[in-house]
Amino acid sequence: MGLATVEAQFHVLAVDDSLIDRKLIEMLLKKTSYQVTTVDSGSKALEFLGWNDENSNEAFFSPKTNQEVEVNLIITDYCMPGMTGYDLLKKIKESAVLRDIPVVIMSSENVPSRINRCLEEGADEFFLKPVRLADVNKLKPHIMKTKTKESQKPENQDDNDEENQESEENNNSTSNKQVEETQDQLQSESPSQQQQTASSNNNNSKRKSMDEGVSPDRTRPRYNNGLTVMSN
Amino acid sequence: MEVQLQRSYLEYSKALFREGVLDAQFVELQMLRDESNPDFVMEVVTLFFEDSQRILNQLSNTLNEQSVDFKKVDANVHQLKGSSSSIGALRVRNACIAFRSFCDAQNVEGCLRFLQQIKQEYLLVKNKLEALLRLEQQIVAAGGVVPVLNDFS
Repeated sequence: MGLATVEAQFHVLAVDDSLIDRKLIEMLLKKTSYQVTTVDSGSKALEFLGWNDENSNEAFFSPKTNQEVEVNLIITDYCMPGMTGYDLLKKIKESAVLRDIPVVIMSSENVPSRINRCLEEGADEFFLKPVRLADVNKLKPHIMKTKTKESQKPENQDDNDEENQESEENNNSTSNKQVEETQDQLQSESPSQQQQTASSNNNNSKRKSMDEGVSPDRTRPRYNNGLTVMSN
Repeated sequence: MEVQLQRSYLEYSKALFREGVLDAQFVELQMLRDESNPDFVMEVVTLFFEDSQRILNQLSNTLNEQSVDFKKVDANVHQLKGSSSSIGALRVRNACIAFRSFCDAQNVEGCLRFLQQIKQEYLLVKNKLEALLRLEQQIVAAGGVVPVLNDFS
């Protein structure tokens, strides 16, 4: 009961220029009990997030506090006219107030260099389109990174068990590794420090994975669990 | 009565999957439908029809211009490929992929000819989906539940 109300509070911003894909992602997210806002462009997304050049009004728009427009995760299409998903990702990561919001990129094209570029820029996941329920179910750990102290409590027990299993099984699965490292941090540190270390931790583990020279084949299990890859 | 309808529905669906007209993504859509969103599949499919018709018209116009803007053509085909992939219209999607090679080669004649192919595939899936949705409506009207195909063999 507590879990259900917690999940209903998570707000996902979905960005896609395709009307059909917006409808689809909205349904997928609602099915997973997230609150959803969809926009059709990167610039509208930034507008919604209250982004501006000077990065002022931090108190007003910070995702860390209870403010008007709290977004717990951004999921965006890569190929969009004008501002691409990658451009949007960059802008978000460059912003002091927005960079802690996890970003997921979706693309209909399986291009390893594209995937790597997005990850290097700080994307938390890369989904191949068409996105399915199995993919959306993978979002929870990323959303949990920005969860508040109150919502943390019911999740802690589950996460502990999951992450102990994962650390043994998934040495090669880099995204799981990132998640468990992040969650380690979350548990050992005070809430106020969480977000900074969470994101810097993320970057560190990603750099590590890049150094290990993740090949396209090895990236596959990471992104395509449960997905039928419809490659070109 | 509804059992017969359900059986017909399953047979019809199976045939569509066998022929490659629809793929597993369509089943994903069906699985998203529930009591609070009973018209979900209908809505998405309708959007697909409207969107596709618009794109096909645009493609026709662009390809028939004096000086063809291939970037625009490519962008349109990319859109259609995306939306057909999202609803599971496999043959339309594959036709779009094949079309792109003509587009890359900037071959207007080839593009025009292949556009006809895409249109044909689109009309095929449109007819099939409309028939499928009509069957669904009949099942629901008879008080039954629309069966979801699990096995496509």
